[in-house]
Amino acid sequence: MKNIFATRWGIIVVGAVIGVLAATLQKLGNPGNMGVCVACFIRDISGSLGLHRAAVVQYLRPEIFGFVIGSFAASLIFKEFRPRAGSAPVVRFILGFCAMVGALVFLGCPWRALLRLAGGDGNALFGILGLIVGVGVGTLFFKTGYNLGRSRPANLTAGLSVHVLVIGLLLLGFLFPPIAGADKNDILLYSVNGPGSMYAPLAISLAVGLAIGFIAQRSRFCTMGAFRDFILFRHTHLLLGVLALLVAAFITNQLLGQFHPGFQSQPVAHTMSFWNFAGMGLAGLAFALAGGCPGRQLFLAGEGDGDAALFAIGMAAGAAFSHNFGLASSPQGVGPHGIAAVLIGFLVCMAIGFGMRKNEG
Amino acid sequence: MEKTIDARGLSCPQPVLMTLEEIKTLGTGTLVIVVDTETAKENVSRAAASQGWGIKQVTSESDGYRITITK
Repeated sequence: MKNIFATRWGIIVVGAVIGVLAATLQKLGNPGNMGVCVACFIRDISGSLGLHRAAVVQYLRPEIFGFVIGSFAASLIFKEFRPRAGSAPVVRFILGFCAMVGALVFLGCPWRALLRLAGGDGNALFGILGLIVGVGVGTLFFKTGYNLGRSRPANLTAGLSVHVLVIGLLLLGFLFPPIAGADKNDILLYSVNGPGSMYAPLAISLAVGLAIGFIAQRSRFCTMGAFRDFILFRHTHLLLGVLALLVAAFITNQLLGQFHPGFQSQPVAHTMSFWNFAGMGLAGLAFALAGGCPGRQLFLAGEGDGDAALFAIGMAAGAAFSHNFGLASSPQGVGPHGIAAVLIGFLVCMAIGFGMRKNEG
Repeated sequence: MEKTIDARGLSCPQPVLMTLEEIKTLGTGTLVIVVDTETAKENVSRAAASQGWGIKQVTSESDGYRITITK
């Protein structure tokens, strides 16, 4: 059976649907220009679990769980669920960690970079430029033999581990929902102020997450792959999906009165252009070396890729360190140790890029 | 016998990279690429077509797909 989502129009429609849904989530309560942000939302989940104590970014974002479960459902229906693991797992964890450090210096993943631009935030241009440069550097490694090695088929228990984790966390969210005005409900922490206190109704967030997870698994939507494939092969397939997301979110923002062009006072953003560029540059390099943007890693995890799941867990750990150690930016600018973290992150990614070579067998 | 590339277990963009490298080396002929995911199958087929190679045959195997391309 032909996969209509994998056609040229398929990827364009998927990108457009994601753009409309993300912008609509902002109208329904999600933070500004943050309808969907894989980095921010994993960071909020880390916060809700108490892995970091940044009081303004703590919420158990259901969209993330929806991404994994929606992709899982699609992979089951279309017989693509394939438990696999073993392609340099620790390296992937570290790449996830570095990607999150970079993303939180910029304040957003590639998805949010597009949504920020679609909402009129000019600072996002520097982030997107950084993303392209970071991915471009990653392609140089690919051209010179960079390779994380092969994954191998894994058993069902390994393939379903992340699903159990995700469903468990979702159940915790149902058991201990936010209470108005309270900063926690038993074991889960919740923001009373700031972006963590802004969210669309749980059922809608989860439904949108499931829908995006489903169509993104079918279409292989990937914001990093879009730029990588263009730089490496001049292939525009995935890029069309990304552009469709940008245009659709822009139009939806216009219709909903959410387009506010400018650089100053943009929601959950700072104006330090170079560090917006460098932060997303680091994230872009890490995504390229790991073979997928953070959304794509979640969709891959849903279809049984244990290495991608570990990348996402690395992101959660990276978020905790970022906020505990003052690496993450705030609307005032980079954190006290954000610059050092970006530099170290680049060194780590370069070491991985140079160090991981063909290792057959 | 035609050249076979085993791209099983490799993540994006390795299967496409290997296919395009081999296409460049061969120029014309027949090439077989073995992959283990539907995504890799689609990507390799799309990349081959973009270079003017035809998809001669795609067979499903227990652990993936065997794609035969020719030019």
